[in-house]
Amino acid sequence: MSDIKVEKLKTYIETPLIEIDSMKGVGPFKANKETQEELGFPGEKIDNWKEVAINKIADTVSKYRSVQVFLDICVKCGACTDKCHYYLGTSDPKNMPVARQDLFRSVYRRYFTFSGKYFPKLVGAKDLDDEMLDDWYNYFHQCSQCRRCSVFCPYGIDTAEISMAAREVMNSIGVGQKYSNQILGKVKKIGNNLGMPEPAFKDTLLDLEEEIEQETGVAIRIPIDKKDVEVLLVAPSADFFAEPHIDGFIGYAKVFHQSGVSWTLSSYASEAANFGMFIGSYEVMRQGALRIRKAAIDLGVSRVIVGECGHAWRVAYSFWNTLSGLGGGAGDEYALQLQKQLDKRYPQPQHIIEFTYDLIQQGKLVFDKSRNDHRVVTFHDSCNIARGSNMGDIENGQFILPREVIKAACSNFVDMPIETIKISTFCCGGGGGLLTDDLIELRVKGALPRMQALKQAEESDAVNTMAALCAICKSQFSKVLPYYEFDPYMVVSVHQLVGEAIILDKEPKSKN
Amino acid sequence: MAEILGAEVDEEGFLINISDWNEDIAIAMANEDDIELSTEHWEVINFLREYFDEYKFAPAVRVLTKSIAKRLGNDKGNSRYLYSLFPYGPAKQGCRFAGLPKPTGCV
Repeated sequence: MSDIKVEKLKTYIETPLIEIDSMKGVGPFKANKETQEELGFPGEKIDNWKEVAINKIADTVSKYRSVQVFLDICVKCGACTDKCHYYLGTSDPKNMPVARQDLFRSVYRRYFTFSGKYFPKLVGAKDLDDEMLDDWYNYFHQCSQCRRCSVFCPYGIDTAEISMAAREVMNSIGVGQKYSNQILGKVKKIGNNLGMPEPAFKDTLLDLEEEIEQETGVAIRIPIDKKDVEVLLVAPSADFFAEPHIDGFIGYAKVFHQSGVSWTLSSYASEAANFGMFIGSYEVMRQGALRIRKAAIDLGVSRVIVGECGHAWRVAYSFWNTLSGLGGGAGDEYALQLQKQLDKRYPQPQHIIEFTYDLIQQGKLVFDKSRNDHRVVTFHDSCNIARGSNMGDIENGQFILPREVIKAACSNFVDMPIETIKISTFCCGGGGGLLTDDLIELRVKGALPRMQALKQAEESDAVNTMAALCAICKSQFSKVLPYYEFDPYMVVSVHQLVGEAIILDKEPKSKN
Repeated sequence: MAEILGAEVDEEGFLINISDWNEDIAIAMANEDDIELSTEHWEVINFLREYFDEYKFAPAVRVLTKSIAKRLGNDKGNSRYLYSLFPYGPAKQGCRFAGLPKPTGCV
């Protein structure tokens, strides 16, 4: 662990006094020429960057009217100031959502409003110069686009949209972030965030089949590229690679085995995550969505199910319909073909939690909860699921269903304090393309509010397990929990809890 | 561009050219992290390199732990043990010492 100053953890959240410029810096590593060009961005900061950036802002506000509205309507009431985990954890006033957004807003005002053009000082309008660009790069990579501040904004301003727009403008002038853009390049070339080639992907899962059989005595299959099955499962690639994710993936396989529903993974679309959203690029986000559409069409599936990945579910639930026609919306030839192919009796796309929850409701899954009796479980709502999606087509279903699934598999469940969960959930501290080692100080500090809430649950209810539904959250917690003197192994997938308690039949159930 | 024993490394300390790797580089990287490489470290590093040779990719954590269980005994085939060898993570720190690229993604 590196030397990051972490104060003794309290069980409640305190709004810190401001420490000006405490997180000033150069931001995360920048993407190199090759990485930038792979995504169609200029390889390095271009000479006429200012002019191109201003044109890009014009283009962005005309294309996304929401962004223009959000830039125009803030009245600086301050309701958001103490709602951001990065401000609470770092005390840097530029991490107050209103101040971070104002880096963009002041530039917008300077070039796009009458008063800003002629009386900039009167209205706080500022030039886009090198110093401002440096602040953009640094502070727009201290926003995880979690949208907690938006919940408390009386005008409903969506800060994430502004952070996304800022990153899109920066990419358009050749200033991109290494971590996110390198990952997007790998998805484009290989099909997943890891850059895991097909032979490694296949052999890793074959190994896993063997392991499950050794452990359970049941031959549970993990089909890959199997045609004409019912379900295409699209999971975050961390589920194949990392811990604790892998035990969640084993949980999905056990649920499919018990359900009798035929399923497959795709080696072409072996990634649910879509970092295109984090960098605000509609085009890059669309390319990711189209890979999944192509896999669904080629494999002839009638359902598409998404694994435990927070922002993937937001992209799938909220954007796939218009991006790729998966779920209705887009009207091109392939979108129409896919819509004909998909089974309308089921939600398209569907979340793995919805799938498991339905089976539980139908009495098709049987659990031995005592296998999880050593655990007192709490649940971390992931931001993109909590504030950017729904489940089960019922109000607040995205909060209800995961908890019901956990309770079906565990006897001991307690929630963390109400102001830190559900719609008010705090980010893990690593979302939005910030899960990189070069931002470790920010990640540790940004986790503070979640750690405080967890501490309270530990002290009041002896919580020793925190379940999550997002690959980023799981990796982030595994890394930062030790800084706060928690056991890094206390974070688990929801489907790990399911997988541990589920009672398996020797043979897969036949359908129905 | 930074160097270690004459080999170019990126800003995160990973070799630019995998073919530049040799054992002295691994030892030097470990020394920078205050780690003295033991037989157990070398078992992990060698396995990472063998796997990479075949798949052009680093092994998943579960593949690694299973292989280490075979080589060093069942009590050592788990990620807690691997983290005791490589405190910054077997995937990231282990790959760096082994001269492999850094695993990316939500890991």
